[in-house]
Amino acid sequence: MDFIKKKKEVKVTIDKITGFVPEGSTILDAAKLLGVRIPTLCYDERLSISGACRLCSVEIKGNPNLVPACAYPVSDNMEVSTHSPKVMRSRKTIIELLLANHPQDCLICVRNGNCQLQDLAAEYGIREWRWLGEKRENPIDDSSVAIQRNPDKCILCGKCVKVCKEIQGVHALDFTKRGFNTVVLPAFNHPLSETVCILCGQCLLACPTAAITDKSYTKKVRTALEDPDIICTVQTAPAIRASIGEEFGMPAGSLLTGKLTTALKRVGFDLVFDTVFGADVAVMEEGHELIERIKNNGPFPMFTSCCPGWIKFMEHFYPEFIPNMSSCKSPQQITGALTKTYIAEKMNIDPEKIFNVSIMPCSAKKFEINRPEMMIDGKIKEIDAVLTTRELARLLRTYGINLPSLPKSDYDDPLGKTSGAGVIFGVTGGMMEAALRTVADVLSGKELKNIEYQPLRGYKGIKEGSVFIGDMELKFAVIHGLSNVRKILDKIKSGDLFYHFIEVMACPGGCVGGGGQPLTTDEEILKKRIAAIYQEDRAKPIRKAHDNPAIVQLYEEFLGEPMSPKSHIYLHTKYTPKTPKGI
Amino acid sequence: MSKMVTKCDDKVIKNPKTPCLNFVHYALGLKELQGKEKENADYLLEVYRKRPKEGCTLVYLCKGTSCLSSGEATLKDKFDEILEKENLTGKVQIMETGCRGFCEMGPLVEIFPAKIFYCQVKPEDVERIVKETILEGKIIDDLLFEGLADPDEIPFYKKQVRRVLENSGLIDAENINEAVANNAYKGLQKALELRPEDVINEVKKSGLRGRGGGGFPTGRKWEITRANKSDVKYLICNADEGDPGAFMDRSILESDPHKLIEGMIIAAYAIGANYGYVYVRAEYPLAVQRLTLAIQQAKQAGLLGKNILNSGFDFDLEIVQGAGAFVCGEETALIASIEGKRGMPSVKPPYPAQKGLFGKPTNVNNVETFANVPLILRNGADWFKEVGTENSTGTKIFALTGKVKHTGLVEVPMGITIREIVFDIGGGMPEGKEFKAVQTGGPSGGCIPAEYLDLPIDYESLKGIGAMMGSGGLVVLDNETCMVNFAKFFLTFTQEESCGKCIPCREGTKRMLEILERITKGQGELEDINRLETLATVIKSTSACGLGMSAPNPVLSTLKYFKEEYLAHIEDKKCPAGSCKYFISYHILPTCRGCTLCARVCPVNAISGERKQVHVIDQDKCIKCGQCYEKCPWNCIAKG
Repeated sequence: MDFIKKKKEVKVTIDKITGFVPEGSTILDAAKLLGVRIPTLCYDERLSISGACRLCSVEIKGNPNLVPACAYPVSDNMEVSTHSPKVMRSRKTIIELLLANHPQDCLICVRNGNCQLQDLAAEYGIREWRWLGEKRENPIDDSSVAIQRNPDKCILCGKCVKVCKEIQGVHALDFTKRGFNTVVLPAFNHPLSETVCILCGQCLLACPTAAITDKSYTKKVRTALEDPDIICTVQTAPAIRASIGEEFGMPAGSLLTGKLTTALKRVGFDLVFDTVFGADVAVMEEGHELIERIKNNGPFPMFTSCCPGWIKFMEHFYPEFIPNMSSCKSPQQITGALTKTYIAEKMNIDPEKIFNVSIMPCSAKKFEINRPEMMIDGKIKEIDAVLTTRELARLLRTYGINLPSLPKSDYDDPLGKTSGAGVIFGVTGGMMEAALRTVADVLSGKELKNIEYQPLRGYKGIKEGSVFIGDMELKFAVIHGLSNVRKILDKIKSGDLFYHFIEVMACPGGCVGGGGQPLTTDEEILKKRIAAIYQEDRAKPIRKAHDNPAIVQLYEEFLGEPMSPKSHIYLHTKYTPKTPKGI
Repeated sequence: MSKMVTKCDDKVIKNPKTPCLNFVHYALGLKELQGKEKENADYLLEVYRKRPKEGCTLVYLCKGTSCLSSGEATLKDKFDEILEKENLTGKVQIMETGCRGFCEMGPLVEIFPAKIFYCQVKPEDVERIVKETILEGKIIDDLLFEGLADPDEIPFYKKQVRRVLENSGLIDAENINEAVANNAYKGLQKALELRPEDVINEVKKSGLRGRGGGGFPTGRKWEITRANKSDVKYLICNADEGDPGAFMDRSILESDPHKLIEGMIIAAYAIGANYGYVYVRAEYPLAVQRLTLAIQQAKQAGLLGKNILNSGFDFDLEIVQGAGAFVCGEETALIASIEGKRGMPSVKPPYPAQKGLFGKPTNVNNVETFANVPLILRNGADWFKEVGTENSTGTKIFALTGKVKHTGLVEVPMGITIREIVFDIGGGMPEGKEFKAVQTGGPSGGCIPAEYLDLPIDYESLKGIGAMMGSGGLVVLDNETCMVNFAKFFLTFTQEESCGKCIPCREGTKRMLEILERITKGQGELEDINRLETLATVIKSTSACGLGMSAPNPVLSTLKYFKEEYLAHIEDKKCPAGSCKYFISYHILPTCRGCTLCARVCPVNAISGERKQVHVIDQDKCIKCGQCYEKCPWNCIAKG
C-alpha cells in the first residue's frame, strides 16, 4: 500500500524518554504515546481545545515561557520536561489558586472522593491555604428538575459550555462577565428550567467538580419506602445493568442484571420490574406505526421517541418535525403506565397507593415524568420518582448493600419477562434494530433468522444506510449527539436527504452514555458498556419483542392489538412546540 | 474670489461625502484636465497645500476630540459670524482638521499662508484674529506659545519628526480631496506597480515593526500570511486601543483616515486578501464617523472595491465596533469578537496567519503600523530607515500624559531619549514637581526611573529594563505618585479586563491585587513581597495570552526600581509619596481663622466649628479626600 503516504514522524524527548510520534501531534498526545502522564482539567479529547486551565503547562527546552501541552504541537528534536521545578511551581500555584476560590466543603460535597480538583490537591500535596481572599459568590440554580448548578464550585474549565455547544448543539450555557467575576450561566441568567436546556446531563458528566450535579430524589424515594401504606414499585432501564458495577469498583462492562434486582428487593421495593418490558411494548407500537406509515406512504421520516432529551430538543429547535415523531411513549413511561393500570388491575392494587420509581441512566427522564401528557386519566402520575444510576448507587451504599457480592435473582412477573430486542434499547442503534426485528418479520410474513443489523451498530455519530425488507428498501439513519442531529435535520428540511426511519438518542453512545450514568466521558468505557448490552441480548432465549410471551399475554389480556384505542390512551402521547427563554 | 474653494465643483466642499472624481484622479495623476477645469483644479491643489494665491487666507481649526471638548465648535461659529460681519466670507476659508497634537494648548488655530499658530483661543479672541491678523497682518503676541508664531519653532514640535502625522491637523479629515492633494494614495499607486512579493520585500527592507507593542517585523508577518495558501484571506486592522491614556490610533483615524485605508490596501495586495475589517472601539465615535466617511469616499473614488485603480486587484473594507473589552486588543480575541463570539483569546498555534478569521489565514496589524506603510512605499525603504536605530527604524507616536507641562501626541524618531521627550518636547515637570519615572506600555508595561532618562527608546532597550514599547502610552510620574498605588491601579484594570478564561490571569491577578490593597492599607507583611513575586512569575510564564503574561509587569518593575517604597508601606507604615489615604490624616492647625470654607467643601461633613473659631476634623468621619487641604486659603490644614 505504498500509495498511502505514511504520516511523517518527529523525534521528541519527554522527561528524558525519547520516541517518535506523528508530526502535528500535541505534546499531550506525544506524552500519552510515550507513557508520560500530564494532568489536565479543561482538556476533553472530544472537544475543541481551549487551553484555559494551564495545568498541563510544560517546559520546552529553550522556551522562556511554559506552554500548554494540550494545544502545543511537537516539533522535531523537541525536548520537554513535564515536571521541571518551574513546571511544578506553576502547577502547584495554579491548583492553590483554584482552591483559594473554592467553597472548601469537600467533606459534605456530593463529589467527595470523585472530584478532579480534590484529586489534584492530593497529588500535588497541597497542605496550606496560600492565597486566601475574596471568593466568588453566585446563587445556586436549582430551578431544573434534574440538574443543579452551583457556580461557586465552578473552576471555569468551560467543558460544560463546549459539550453543550459542540456535542449537543444546544448552547444552553456560556461564559459571562469578566475577570474574577467570570461565571458560566444560561442566557441572560434565566433559571435553567426556563432555558433551552434539554436536561441531557452531558455537562454534568464533563464537570470536574460539583458545579453541576444531580438534583437528587433519594430522600423522596426513601420516604416512600419507609411508608407502610405505600406499594413501592421500581423499574430499571437496560443501561443500568451494564454500568452500575463501576460505582462499586468493578471494571467497565460488568453485567449485573440479577444482582441489581436482588439489591432493589433488599432496598425494600415490593415489585421490581424491567424497563426492557416497556421497550418490548414500544417495539410493538412503534414498529406497527412504521408499518402503517409504510402502507400509507408517510409521513417520512419517522423519528423514534424514546429519548426525552431529543424530544425536548425537537420541540425547541425543530417543531416542524412534530408530525414525523412516533407518538409512542418511552419505555419508562410505558412500563410506568402499565404498572399503574395493567398490574394494578391484575394484582388488585389501588393505583393511587403505588409509588412508582424508575432507575434511569438519564437526567432528562426526571423532566419526562413531569410532562403533563404523562398522567393516567389526567390525574395519576405514571412515574413518581426517577433515580439515576449514581443516585441508586448512593442509596445502596447508604443501606450498606454491596452490589458485587449479592446473589442473583429474577425480575418480577409479568413486567420482568423480556426479549433481547428491548435490552438493546440502551445503546445507539438498538431501538431501531429492535424495531426492525419485528417489522421485518411482520412485513415479510417470515420468522427471519438474521436479526443482528450490523450497519446500525458502532459508535459513529451518524450511521446511514438501508435494509431490504422484501423488495422494499428502507432508508434509515441512526444518530447520537444532537449536534449531529442538527446536520441531518437541516439537510432533510432543505430536501437534500431522505430517510424512512431515523433513530435519535441525545447522548453519545445512547443511554449507556446518559447523563445519569457513573461519571465518565471516556469513549472506551462507553464501548465496554455497549458490548455488555449486546452480550445480554445474545444470551436471551427470546430476541424479538413479538416473540415475548408476556407481550403476547399483555395484548391478549389488556391492550388488544398494537395501535389499538387502548394503546393510544395509555401508551401514546403528543408533542407541542416550545419557546424557552434565550432561544 | 468669493467662491474660492468651490471653484472646482460645488459639491466638493458643500458635501464632501461625494468627492469630485475629476479632481481626485487629477491629483493622483490618473487624469488629464483641460482649460478652465485644469485651472480650477490646480488652484484647489494649491489651496489644499496651504499655498493659496495672494489675498486669500486659510484658517485651520483643530477639530480633534481634545480641541472639540475645549470649545472648538463655538470658535467655528464665532469665525463664521465675524467673517460674515466683516464681509470676508470667501476671502477667508475656514478649514477644520483632525488632531494637531498639542492638546494641552487647545483649541488651536493656525493661519496660512502666513503660518501663524495660536493657542488656547477663546471665542472673544476671534474678532481680534480677524481684524488684526487676517486683515492687518499683525501677530497677536498673547495668543502665541511663548512668543513663537511658527509652530515648527515651538519646542513641542521642534524635536518631533512628523511622518505618520504629516497631515494630522493640516487637512480636513472628512474630505478626500484634501488628502489626495497632500500625497494620499501615492504609495498605493507605487505598490500596485510592483509584484506583491516586492511590496513585502520593500516593507521588510524598511525594518518596520509592529507598532501595537509586540514589535514583530511587519514584512515578515505579511510574508507568512502570503505563504499560507487559501481561497480567502482576511486583513484586520486592530484599532481597539485600550491602554489607559493612549490615543495614538484614535488620533490617526480622526486626523488622516486615508493613511490607514491606503496602508491596508497595500497590505491586502501584498498578502493576497480581498476583504478587510477595521476593529475599532465603540468609545471612539468621532474616529468611527470619520473613518466611515473616508471609506465611503475612497469607494466612490475607485480606491476601494473592484479593480482598484485599474490594477485588477479587489479590496473592500468594513468597520466593526468593539464592545469595550480591553482583551479584544489581543488578536485572537479580536477575531472571535468579529465572528460574533465572546472576546476570549484562543490557543496559539494555530496563529491567525494560519487559521484566523472564519478559519482563514488572517493578518492583523495595528493602526499606526498600517499608517507607516504608505510612507515606505511612497518614499522608499531607505528613506524610512534614515531615522531611528538599527533595529528599530522609523518613528513612533507617543501619547504624552501625566505630570508633564505639555501633554499631547508626539511623533519622535526611534532612539530618542526619554529626557528629550519629557523635558524638551513635553516642557518638563510642572512647577515644584520632581520627576520620578515614566510608565510606558500601559497596564502591560513597566516604569522607567530617573536613572534611565538618557536611555534611547527602542524595542530592545525598553524590554531590557523591564518596560516595553507598548502601543505608545507615556505617562510621566512625579514625586507625589506612590508607586505601590500606581501598580495597584494598573492591576485593578487588568484584573477587571481579564477575560476570565485562564486560571493564572483570572485568579492570580486577583490575589496580587488583594496583596497590594493590603500593603496600601498598612496591613502588609514582609512575606507579601515574596508572594507578589511568586504569583507574578507564575502568571507571566503560564497565562494564555499577552494580557495575562504582561499583567504583573507594573508590579515587577515597581518592585525592581522602587522596592523601598513597598518596604516603607510594610515596615514603617508610611507612604513616602504621601498619597495612600490610609497613611494620611488631616488636622486643622490652631492658626485656623474660622472662614468655614473647609467645612463647606467637606463632602462628608466631617469638619465642624463656629465662624471665626478654630475648626476640627472628625477623624472617624474623614474620608481623606484632601478637599479641605487643597481649598484652605490660609494653609491652616496639615497633612501628615
